[in-house]
Amino acid sequence: MILGLYNYWVVVVLMMIGFYIVIAHGNLIKKIVGLSIFQTAVFIFYISIAKVDDATAPILEEGISKYSNPLPHVLILTAIVVGIATVALGLALAVRLNEAYGSIEEESIQNQDNQEC
Amino acid sequence: MLTHLPALAVIIPLLSAPLCLFLRRPLLAWLFTVIASGLTMLVSITLLQQVMASGTIVYEMGGWRPPWGIEYRVDRLNAYLLLIVTSISTVVLLAANTSIEKEIPRHRLTLFYVLYLLSLAGLLGVVTTGDAFNVFVFLEISSLAAYSLIALGEDRRALWAAYQYLIMGTIGATFILIGIGLLYQMTGTLNMDDLSRRLPEVSQTRTVFAAFAFIIVGVCLKVALFPLHRWLPNAYAYAPSIVTAFLAATSTKVAVYLLIRFTFSIFGISFSFTTVPLQTIFVILGLTGIFAASTTAIFQKNVKHLFAYSSVAQIGYMIVGYSISTTMGLMATLLHLFNHALMKGALFLALGAVMYRIGSVRLEQFQGLGRQMPFTMAAIVAGGLSLIGVPLTVGFVSKWYLVLAALENGWWPVAVLILLGSLLAIVYVWRIVETAYFNEPPAGRESIEEAPLGFLVPVWMLVSANIYFGMDTRLSVQVAEAASQALFGVSP
Repeated sequence: MILGLYNYWVVVVLMMIGFYIVIAHGNLIKKIVGLSIFQTAVFIFYISIAKVDDATAPILEEGISKYSNPLPHVLILTAIVVGIATVALGLALAVRLNEAYGSIEEESIQNQDNQEC
Repeated sequence: MLTHLPALAVIIPLLSAPLCLFLRRPLLAWLFTVIASGLTMLVSITLLQQVMASGTIVYEMGGWRPPWGIEYRVDRLNAYLLLIVTSISTVVLLAANTSIEKEIPRHRLTLFYVLYLLSLAGLLGVVTTGDAFNVFVFLEISSLAAYSLIALGEDRRALWAAYQYLIMGTIGATFILIGIGLLYQMTGTLNMDDLSRRLPEVSQTRTVFAAFAFIIVGVCLKVALFPLHRWLPNAYAYAPSIVTAFLAATSTKVAVYLLIRFTFSIFGISFSFTTVPLQTIFVILGLTGIFAASTTAIFQKNVKHLFAYSSVAQIGYMIVGYSISTTMGLMATLLHLFNHALMKGALFLALGAVMYRIGSVRLEQFQGLGRQMPFTMAAIVAGGLSLIGVPLTVGFVSKWYLVLAALENGWWPVAVLILLGSLLAIVYVWRIVETAYFNEPPAGRESIEEAPLGFLVPVWMLVSANIYFGMDTRLSVQVAEAASQALFGVSP
């Protein structure tokens, strides 16, 4: 039972690792990496729910009547594109932040802001 | 042509965005964007008329029958939201050409309009689509464009605000994605209408509870419901003025729409409010939000910050109306969506005018502005009065219905707290009025002129809408009432 659902365990563990990095790390690049892991866990989750026991890839073929659900894969292709755009934008912002503040550490940026106010 | 209106509302801005990229001259790009946004406004006015006359419009994208194909569905609530988003966007755009010439470097002006159109397309997509996964995609289109728009602000803190918003926004969107995945796992469908029919069979499972929790938390991040509002004040304060006016008036409204759509239409009222104690949680968070954010607003030195915190407080009012979960309460929330968009559109646009003339919106810079920029300041005062909820302004209408709804439900302590919250609004609006009208202008700044007409016309259009809809409430109340009754399944 528990072992049979092992990819869901992978999903949960990856998700928590990613989420923890986003929250706990002060480095802007690491935060983006964490976010990316977090999103990837969700992608694996979608792919896992598409699996049908004893079924093959959804290609029409003689003698096969059980197919896995192809829809989640298509959905995740879209979500991957969204994820890439997010990571690209986040990294671009990190580059600009580094130019403006001379640092990619959350604490240092926050300190510089607090002095200005 | 008329049958394709629901798709056109999204496709016009979505296609205009790449086309706009070819227009190198900022003036042309601006005109093009205004026309595109104006066209979507015409589309949504027509849609609203059709929906009010003959009921829900269903549009099958690409001719694929739902629930297999993606369905666009425009009912009264959708049409109402479409009208809010497109009209505010068009009016705000009128001032864009004047405003951004001082705030954004010239070579980025065209890109600004491209991003603006993308953000608009995303927001309209979220509102029109009847497919749960499509919601996520459009939400991300509008959010990614919004992050970049905020990062265009001239202050370097804009970058930091955009980064923080990106992190929070992506977490929110991913939560929604997890929730939708869990729902798909249980029901095998993504069509909202289909989901609402299949969910009751499986509603007592832990998976559906988890899906509900993920979606609510994710949407509340986008709504900026207290205490998930931390990204909002800085994002609004350091973004270019036009962006602030546009986002403050539209993006949180669309998120509130999503909250209503998910809880009322998809999960159903009995699941959302009886099985899950959403009512108690939201009324507490809403009221805490009103008081915490209004109090913080009083102590702000930057006027954009001040109104951003006030936005968080106003979202609190919407959530309180929503959590009353009666026809009247929901109607108050829907009215406040419309009215708050008008107020904040006017206020942030007027602040844009101040920014244009002075280059700063810090409170001390407002000294003497009452005499130097009389029309702009009068607009800020009118918007402020509306924010407080003075009779003859739109703010009064929505607070009136909100208090009535609370009393109708026997929640008189809530009604009292709503009125007390308005007193806090008086305090922060008064601080601006006092600085602007009862102080001499600081030395060396005697020759400030009134804002150019490019600003005054759209600002006063919004201010007159504030006053007009405060007196003639037929349109807004009628539509909000019809939409709210439809959500409760009462046929009008």
